[in-house]
Amino acid sequence: MANTALADPDAGLTQAQLAARYGLRVAGERPSLAEYTRRLWAYRHFIAAYSNAKLVASFSSARLGQLWQVLTPLTNAAVYYLIFGLVLKQNSIPNFIAYLTAGLFIFNFTQTAAQQGTQSITSNLGLIRALHFPRACLPLAVMLTQFQQLLASLVVLLGIVLVTGEPITVEWLLLVPIVLLQAVFNAGLTMALARAGSKIADLKQVMPFLLRTWMYGSGVLYNVALFEENLPAWATRIVEANPMLVYIELARHALLEGAPLLSSSLWQAWSYAVGWAVVMGVGGFIYFWRGEQEYGRG
Amino acid sequence: MAEHIEASNDVTVTLPRITERIPTVVVDDAHVIYRVHKGGTGGSSPVAALKRIVSRSSAPNIREVHAVKGVSFTAYRGEAIGLIGSNGSGKSTLLRAIAGLLPVNRGAVYTQGQPSLLGVNAALLNDLSGERNVTLGCLAMGMRPDDVQRMAPEIIEFSGINQRGDFASLPMKTYSSGMAARLRFSIAAAKKHDVLLIDEALATGDKGFRKRSEKRVRELRESAGTVFLVSHQLSSVRDTCERTIWLESGVLRMDGPTDEVLRAYEDFSNGK
Repeated sequence: MANTALADPDAGLTQAQLAARYGLRVAGERPSLAEYTRRLWAYRHFIAAYSNAKLVASFSSARLGQLWQVLTPLTNAAVYYLIFGLVLKQNSIPNFIAYLTAGLFIFNFTQTAAQQGTQSITSNLGLIRALHFPRACLPLAVMLTQFQQLLASLVVLLGIVLVTGEPITVEWLLLVPIVLLQAVFNAGLTMALARAGSKIADLKQVMPFLLRTWMYGSGVLYNVALFEENLPAWATRIVEANPMLVYIELARHALLEGAPLLSSSLWQAWSYAVGWAVVMGVGGFIYFWRGEQEYGRG
Repeated sequence: MAEHIEASNDVTVTLPRITERIPTVVVDDAHVIYRVHKGGTGGSSPVAALKRIVSRSSAPNIREVHAVKGVSFTAYRGEAIGLIGSNGSGKSTLLRAIAGLLPVNRGAVYTQGQPSLLGVNAALLNDLSGERNVTLGCLAMGMRPDDVQRMAPEIIEFSGINQRGDFASLPMKTYSSGMAARLRFSIAAAKKHDVLLIDEALATGDKGFRKRSEKRVRELRESAGTVFLVSHQLSSVRDTCERTIWLESGVLRMDGPTDEVLRAYEDFSNGK
């Protein structure tokens, strides 16, 4: 208070000048990007523990517990086999079941991460208003939880691929860089959506639409050759640049022998895969960081 | 700037002069507005939502709450400051703004170091066991994993949740509200803080726990530079704080020695 210390050398200073004189910092000030990255790295144990905890919590009320991590993708695959393999008898693609499940599981990783990422700030407001930590922990934990789910799904997928008679090849190893690139892409995406979702509460309602459109544009449920047959050339180029199509195509190419490709060349697909991961990963992180101060407001 | 110093001077304070007064928290005409969602009131279909996003109009079920309206004060090292006021007067919101958890819309809050909010409402994961929540809470406060391992048994011991059987390994949703509050306080109190903000923390739990927590808060106070205490129990404010700030509907009503402010506050609440 200015009037508590009339003889004080601090008298006559405004609050801001007083703060500056004693080197006080603005509360909750946004750290520099480098500092933020460093803090986030220091919180890596929290991110891992939080994503594990979420994973355990999501199965805690089910009697079979974490077995569902494998049972859910297995049941999904069985349903699609019933419809597309037995009822509709798709045969434009050799080994359609493996083709379909590869697309589904890869897309599901991004889809669920995006859906939950949109709510990762709004559904954790209590935690955000109570404790100090780099907020990017929350969307990153969502991504990590879904990544663990993906790993379980991939075990199921590899089983399906083997059972349907595909040979084990060295190309299977390409799956590792593919899912890692997709994970970086998803990390950026969840961070971007987390900030957008905290600003626009209605985004949650719109996301199912956007994600379904994205799924149809990624050739998950049908032969990607259909795009080329039905779209003008320029539109096909756009579809080829779709990051999800790229990751799905690369995964299919790594696992399956006779999978048709939409991308003009593998080099093009790989450069899109790397490019999207870098652009989305870095861009999403910077976009999220710029809103760091605002997340407590709700 | 000049007129706002005038504005914050409506209460004259005479505090004993300390040779060097080092400010630790400077609040300068702070306004805090936050948004609340009133819950579904129709118009929540995806099409309606898309329309609202495109037209950039805000959803009908969001209301803005102007919780703190232009509060200014300075807190110095070594002070313990009580924050009183009726329910909804903006005390907790002000604490969150000082902690940097809620951004101010106008004005500014300056602090020395990183103030920590010691609350009982830190949200944890109710589906998970108490033990796991302890680990998560400590990691979220920035502790190192090996420190967390070392501290976890102490924290559970302090909270006393294991007094009636092994509750630490049960999910938190099975706890009584008192047990959950005790565990949350124990987690938050496990760390040392520069500027400590205590939100109603002393009022939780049974008598035994209250004794333990008061002792812990005293220890934390000794190591902390400045302490803020929000409480409805005027006796605990009287015991711990020499200075008190009275907030009423988001406006600083009085700031001065605890005795004076509490007397005025009691007159006010009795006269209501």
